[in-house]
Amino acid sequence: MDPKRSDRRRFLKRSAALAGLAVGSAPFARAQALATDAAEPRPPKDLSYGVRSRFEISVRTVTLGGPRDVTPGLPPGEMGQRLTPLQDSTGIITPAPLHFMTGRGARLPDIDPREHRLMIHGMVDRPLVFTMDELRRLPSVSRIHFIECAGNSGMSHYKAMVKALQVTNSPALTKSTFVIQQVHGRVSTSEWTGVPLSTLLKEAGVQKNASWLVAEGSDANRHAKSIPLEKGMDDVLVAYSQNGEAVRPEQGYPLRLVVPGWEGVSNVKYLRSIKVVDKPYFLKVETANYTNLTPDGKASWYEFQVGPKSLITFPSDAHQLPGRGLYEISGLAWSGRGKIARVEVSTNGGRTWTDAQLQQPVLSKAFTRFRLGWDWDGEETLIQSRCTNEFGDIQPTMRELGELWGNRTQPPVKGTDVQDFWQIAPIYEFFSNPIQPWRVTREGSVQDALYKS
Amino acid sequence: MRFTKASRVLAALIALASSGAIRAQSPTYKVGRPPTEAELRAWDNVVGTDGKELPPGSGSAVEGAKVYATKCVFCHGATLTEGPAPRLVGGIDSLSTRAPLLTVGSFWPYATTVWDYINRSMPQGAEGSITPDQVYAVTAFVLYKNGIVKETDVLDAKSLLKVQMPNRDGFYPAKPEATAKNGNWKPTQNQAKPAAH
Repeated sequence: MDPKRSDRRRFLKRSAALAGLAVGSAPFARAQALATDAAEPRPPKDLSYGVRSRFEISVRTVTLGGPRDVTPGLPPGEMGQRLTPLQDSTGIITPAPLHFMTGRGARLPDIDPREHRLMIHGMVDRPLVFTMDELRRLPSVSRIHFIECAGNSGMSHYKAMVKALQVTNSPALTKSTFVIQQVHGRVSTSEWTGVPLSTLLKEAGVQKNASWLVAEGSDANRHAKSIPLEKGMDDVLVAYSQNGEAVRPEQGYPLRLVVPGWEGVSNVKYLRSIKVVDKPYFLKVETANYTNLTPDGKASWYEFQVGPKSLITFPSDAHQLPGRGLYEISGLAWSGRGKIARVEVSTNGGRTWTDAQLQQPVLSKAFTRFRLGWDWDGEETLIQSRCTNEFGDIQPTMRELGELWGNRTQPPVKGTDVQDFWQIAPIYEFFSNPIQPWRVTREGSVQDALYKS
Repeated sequence: MRFTKASRVLAALIALASSGAIRAQSPTYKVGRPPTEAELRAWDNVVGTDGKELPPGSGSAVEGAKVYATKCVFCHGATLTEGPAPRLVGGIDSLSTRAPLLTVGSFWPYATTVWDYINRSMPQGAEGSITPDQVYAVTAFVLYKNGIVKETDVLDAKSLLKVQMPNRDGFYPAKPEATAKNGNWKPTQNQAKPAAH
């Protein structure tokens, strides 16, 4: 990015901020707004639920490249995806209003909790129906877990973003659109409170030959997913609370599944039914999609676990560094299998790696915040992070990911390189966890150095 | 550190509590009540590949074309390819090419999945507005347009299970239900080999 363009980008970030639009650069807005404080008395706010400062403008964005972006005349949708502004994150908890969402169907469900029921049925001795009040009488637990969409960080999201920006041809949209949010923003972490699913299953009495569960939501789309019984008996939660208050409507109010460490699509929202069965149901979201096509034309399915993944959230392509000197590199790491054991950061294009400091406590299947002081000498460089979980699984590079994918076919496709891999799997690619390098230019702008190349 | 220790103790307790969980079967809390017939009818209709939940009814592509024209065409297009909703036909034999086209005909392995998704989730904005006869009919229509059934073939709870989808064997592991039963649901392989550093 040339200096002229980055100046323009900063200006546009500021304009967008003042217009109450998207991007998370509150400091730019602050100086301007002070001048108007005294002149314009504001109406009193209702503080009974609380408000954030009007200078804080971090917001979710929508997935670009959906039908509404490329087909004129479609009504605006309230569903679809909303993406977490990871570039503004601190710590490990995502504020509930900024938690990413994937909305299925046409409308956000509006469920009266007094009418809501959860039915446990199928291969059980005692089919049971619970009200919300009854669920709250059962022993509860609170756990901090990430939820990540299986499609997060997929190349298709980058391609769709680029295409949508071309189609709309809006400079303001271009300047408020960042890879860290549009490509990686389908992951968030909350504290979830509810009843272990195992408690409900034991209460109903699971029969001997049962081996799977089919969970279904009560949203218009009636999203449903097969889940192995063993996972259900292990650590799955039936959650009614998120970060200390009721689960938000976007997140499944009044009741949702939390399936720790597994692809987001398993975390059925608006949960109404758990059927105990003896085989998976081969539903749309486990056959037609959320499956991975490989180069031989066969697709893998019934893989659920999120791989080890990390991402530098500051500085990222949403940021501009004012000049050389000391910065704190900060980021998030997570794994669907246990805890993060180590995060290494390279500030010289991968030549050397330094262990970052991990914020305690490090929790299983949750965000881990990592930090590393960095004295930037003002020269162009690449910064990136890679994580290792407690089982020694290491986050791959994009090249390694491509090889892993290619080598999963029979017979293995040897030496599948990255470009070839993404050409072969242009639409459906899930569980992408490549190392994300950011290029820092001499002007202090920060750019994606993975998807664009 | 205290937190870590506490979570270990908690984890051990949870592990203890859930060991042999599948065998311990007497109710502990006696909360909840049995479902009513009406609740089971309304909420127990996700359809698996055995088709046990399929309701009575039937239909062929001839009737399905009419259902499609009133309920589906706006989003899926006159030739089932225009969108903006996903294409429903084409792409058979394209999956191993450099331009794979994933549709009901080329990719979906089971006809029950088509029936179930139409029945519970379509059409968007008016979900649940199609009668079982219409779901059988429009399923038959989509399969007919893919060359999988004949225009006059009647689909019902029995014949739907006999439909052979072209990509039935296009997935691995071939039997995910077997691996999961042994507790070996396969973790993703998207992790690099340990590297020297």
